[in-house]
This record gives sequence, structure tokens and C-alpha cells, in this order.
Amino acid sequence: MNTSIRRFFYGDIPGQESGGTPAPEGPKNDWPLWEVFIRSKQGLDHKHVGSLHATDAQMAIENARDVYTRRQEGVSIWVVKSQDIHASRPEEAGELYDPAADKIYRHPTFYDLPDAISHM
Amino acid sequence: MKATLDYILHLADNALILGQRNAEWCGHGPVLEQDIAISNISLDLIGQARSFYQYAAELQGNGSTEDTLAYLRHERQFRNILLLEQPKSDWAYTTLRQFFFSAFQQLLFQQLSTQADERIGAIAEKSLKEVNYHLRWSSEWVVRLGDGTEESRRRLQQALDDSWPFVNEMFQAENFELESGVRVEELQAAWTEKVKACLAEAGMEMPVTSLTRHGGKKGIHSEHLGYILAEMQYLQRSYPGCEW
Repeated sequence: MNTSIRRFFYGDIPGQESGGTPAPEGPKNDWPLWEVFIRSKQGLDHKHVGSLHATDAQMAIENARDVYTRRQEGVSIWVVKSQDIHASRPEEAGELYDPAADKIYRHPTFYDLPDAISHM
Repeated sequence: MKATLDYILHLADNALILGQRNAEWCGHGPVLEQDIAISNISLDLIGQARSFYQYAAELQGNGSTEDTLAYLRHERQFRNILLLEQPKSDWAYTTLRQFFFSAFQQLLFQQLSTQADERIGAIAEKSLKEVNYHLRWSSEWVVRLGDGTEESRRRLQQALDDSWPFVNEMFQAENFELESGVRVEELQAAWTEKVKACLAEAGMEMPVTSLTRHGGKKGIHSEHLGYILAEMQYLQRSYPGCEW
């Protein structure tokens, strides 16, 4: 079977016409890349912790268990194929994010809060 | 019934020697993630060995410690089964051996945690969670390799042929097992069923051979144990009492 798989550096999510630089040809490893999310304890969100290679979802979870939770970092693991993540394009950063820069009225900083409220 | 010193050493030696063998993969695993997986398993096993050696040292007294038991006993005094001292060979052999031993350990530790010696029971119970994971990890590799490519299947078949003669020793009761109230022979049926199911899933046949090799429990080892001990014990024998 002839397969061609492009490899990407960590953080560069492959996607149609999105950013991301193919990694140079390294040692042969054509297992797909997976992104790993760990929940550190009950009630908290899963947080992205890194990525790894695995042949299937089951192996990805076990690899994540061995690579990312060996020092008691988590109680739950999510994995998702990196290729299933779609990312915004770095060259569009201007039009996407800059317009928010001068809209200070979107920040709730114009309200006077009573001193009794401490967690805002 | 209290476990005998020899039996505790047998449990400790099994864990230590396989831990040492698996540790040879550290830095040489087929991929980074699996390198870490096998090294974790190795450390789990060495952790089990420590618990057993500490107990054995208390029973033996005379200033012996977990370190003197691991580093200063001779080949003939080791009670591990022969399967575990065989060279790590390729990934198929390593994962298949781990599968065979973890399946055995799971059944044995279940038995030990309900009967026998309280201290042994506690160690067995604590280790069971690790063993359950080792079994899951290794059985998936057996299925993956058996059901994989032509090469992976050929390698797994070779591993099966090479390791099968050593399997029977697990279930051949030695005096120290009988005296400790452990019935290893009763585990064989459940073990065989488990292995058969996994091999069937992998599309492999159970090997048929009447050739069996044993002697490890009596201290009669294959040519490989001496080399492991030489590597493992070199430092303590060259620099007695050395700490770091």
C-alpha cells in the first residue's frame, strides 16, 4: 500500500491551506499524530498538554497515560487526531484579532463593584 | 500460612530479573512512547521486587537488606523462573513474555491477596493494579502483532515457539510454594484459557510442544542469568557498600 503522510511539528496543525511547516524527513514513523488533553482533577477542564504518535485511539490513550500522567498529573485523558483539528491561519491574524484591540468598552471595567465582592 | 523465605525471594527475583530485562529497552524502544511504556513497566516490577526483598530481609535478619539480597547473592541462589532471564530479543518476544508473565501474576496475586501471608497479601493487592495494566498493554501488543503485517506475525510466531517451553515452569509447584500454601498448579487452566483467547484474537494457534525447560526455581539457571547479574551486581561487588 502506498501512503504518503506529511509530518508536522508540534503546534503546527495540518489543515487545508492553514499554517504549519512539514517536518523534515526523519526516522521512519508513519503513525499518526494525536493531541493529548488531560484533566488534572475532577471538576476542572481538560487542558492541552502535548502530542504523541500512536496507531489508534486506544494506543494513543495508553501512550498518553504513560507519557503524560506518570507523575499523577491527571484523572482523565482525551485524545484527538491532530489532523482533525482545524486551526486559524497565522497570516489572517491581523483581520481576526486586531479589530478587538480598540474596543475597550467590551471589557467590563466600567462598573463600580462593591468591596464585598471579591471574586470578580 | 506464612510464606517461606525462599518463596518470598522467588517472588522478588521474578520481578527483579524481568524488570532488569525490560529496562534494557530504555533508550532503545521502537518509538518514544513505547520506550516510556516498557520502562514504566520495568520500574513497576522493580518496585514490586523491593517490597518483597524488604520483607525477605526482615525475615532473614543478620543485617541483610533489600540491597544485599539483590546485589550480593550468587546465581545459584536466585529463584526466578527461566522465562524471565531469557534475552529481551525483539519487541514481539518482549511483549509476548510480558503477556505470559502478567497473566500469571494476575492470577497468582489474586490468590495471594486472599490467603497466605498477610504481608505478601498486602504487596500482592497493591501490585495488582499495576499488573492489570501490564496485562492490558501486553495483550494488545500480542493482538496487534499477530494481526498486523507479515513480518510482525512471523516475529510473534518465532517468539511463541521460543518462549513456550519455559511456560510450564510457572505451574510446576516447588517445595517453597507448597510450604507457603500457594497452589500454582491450580492457576494453569485459567491462564491457558486467557492466553488462548488472546492468541485467537491475534489469529495465532496455541503452540504444541512437549519440550519443557525448568530449573530456575531450584537455582539451576540458563546461561543468561550470570550475565545479567554481572551487569547488575558489578558496582556493589567492586565498591562494596557504595552509595550514590
